[in-house]
Amino acid sequence: MRNSQTLAFFMPGSGCKGRAKLTAATKLMSKSSAKHRMATVYPSWFYVPAGIVFAALFLVPTVASLFFSLTRWTLFDATFIGLDNYAQFFREPFLIQGLVNTLIYGVATSGMKVVIGMLLGVLLTSQIFARDYLRSVIFFPVLVSTVGVGITFTALMHPTQGAINETLGFFGIHGPGWLTDPRYALLSVALVDVWKGVGLATVIYIAGIVSIPQEYYEASEIDGANPFQKFWNITLPLARPATVTVIILSLIGGLRSFDLIWSMTRGGPGFTSDVVASVIYKQYQAGFYGLSTAGNVVLILLVAIIIIPLSAFLNKREVNL
Amino acid sequence: MKNFRKYLSGILAILVSGVIFLVPFAFIILMAIKDKKEASLRSFSLPATTHVWDNFVTVIETRNYMLVTAFINSCILTIVSVTILVIFGAMVGFVLQRQPSKWTRLVNYLVLAGLIIPPAVVPTIWVMQGLGLFKTMTGMILIEVAYGLSFTVLLFRQFVATIPREIDEAAIMDGAGPLRLFFQIILPLLKQVVITVIVVQSVAIFNDFTNPLYYLPGNKNVTVQLTLYNFQSQFNTSYNLLFMNILLITIPPLIIFLFFNRQIVAGLTAGAVKG
Repeated sequence: MRNSQTLAFFMPGSGCKGRAKLTAATKLMSKSSAKHRMATVYPSWFYVPAGIVFAALFLVPTVASLFFSLTRWTLFDATFIGLDNYAQFFREPFLIQGLVNTLIYGVATSGMKVVIGMLLGVLLTSQIFARDYLRSVIFFPVLVSTVGVGITFTALMHPTQGAINETLGFFGIHGPGWLTDPRYALLSVALVDVWKGVGLATVIYIAGIVSIPQEYYEASEIDGANPFQKFWNITLPLARPATVTVIILSLIGGLRSFDLIWSMTRGGPGFTSDVVASVIYKQYQAGFYGLSTAGNVVLILLVAIIIIPLSAFLNKREVNL
Repeated sequence: MKNFRKYLSGILAILVSGVIFLVPFAFIILMAIKDKKEASLRSFSLPATTHVWDNFVTVIETRNYMLVTAFINSCILTIVSVTILVIFGAMVGFVLQRQPSKWTRLVNYLVLAGLIIPPAVVPTIWVMQGLGLFKTMTGMILIEVAYGLSFTVLLFRQFVATIPREIDEAAIMDGAGPLRLFFQIILPLLKQVVITVIVVQSVAIFNDFTNPLYYLPGNKNVTVQLTLYNFQSQFNTSYNLLFMNILLITIPPLIIFLFFNRQIVAGLTAGAVKG
């Protein structure tokens, strides 16, 4: 197959018609020189500029992190201490809590984005009034500064002065201390994350739902399906690629999340809303570079262990459909 | 009857979305135009007196025009990194799609790794110090390029697949070398996806907080997102100025949103619906 492509390359036009017009000269041209010509047209050195930047600033640090996580490190001088950093990481209760919180945060934000994103996707592909306006309004927060959103919601979620609790108070509900109560702090930040990110999930679902052929819906209508049956038996299974994308994207984002948590709670109260990414930053600020890097390796492994099998599993099921 | 229900659900949706998605933005604007004392109450109310211009000037002048420096820095960072991203990313995406070779598999794995793996922060600082790039704008630009490459390559590879190979062949027949083929023939044909990449990556880099926090500390190189973070402690009692700052740095994404909404959505949903 590659050979025929190589040949087609030297012909005016292509396909069967061109093949019939093969001149003696092209026939004489040796296979190896044709191959050579191809290689220079799509030169491998096109990979080089991007490759250098990517290798120097992403690959090398990632590989180096494996070594430096085993050291006590001042950036100038590293003392090998074996697995001590990891031992400390899994001994300190607040570091373990960071790990657990990362999982909770990732799963909670991802789950909510799937459910709400799908519902909004269905709503915004139906014949609803002011559809374009609604799509824009829901999507815009995706483009806004995360720190700005964090500061805004920190003010709105203030336990006594914040607009949210004032509104709840108006209806006679005593609102919780969203960010000050250790039980709710992490979930409150997760809610804001969903507020900011659900627009992306929604547009992915809209694209997925729009690509479902209308014939399925028409056929189901003839069979007398109600709207719920149509959603359950057509939209849900056929929007599966969108679901997979939303789950994977928001899990990756959620597990790595730092800026929103940092701008809203700084990991507090106490360490109750700390995640691995904020632990990495705190240890870095405190000058514990080895420990910070160990945290980084833990995060890398956590993301890899969850995302790679999950995406393999979700994509395999897709083929069987 | 059906029409009535359609309008009713529409109006309901507008009200709910208004409360959930617009009230926070209204809150930012209201806070930004209040005076210091009123803003400190953090209540969702109309200001008794409006101070648009006062607050604007104060925010701009604070810390020796730090916000102006930050806007310039953020613009340089965004424009240069996005330009490099487009050229490098398109080169990789083009060859990756056109020429299957022993590298293809490896490059594909690296693209996936770049999408999934969180960057190792302190070792990156170590490498940057070794190269003399730490705390420099050049270093920050290259960091944004390194972190943005994977997604950019992915978009370009997909789009290159839609350009017929016959075009390459015709150009080769006319004697174009690889550089001319790429820069004069292919890159102009990629215009649509180039716009998508520019818009999506500009917003991401302009809004980036974490990476400048780690790799570009110091007041000289401050970016807009970091001013927010610096002001947050300084303006602890001046909420009006803090929110004026938020308002100002939300304007560039808003402008991009108004003009390029379609391209952004196209870029972000690419590949999501291939099934």
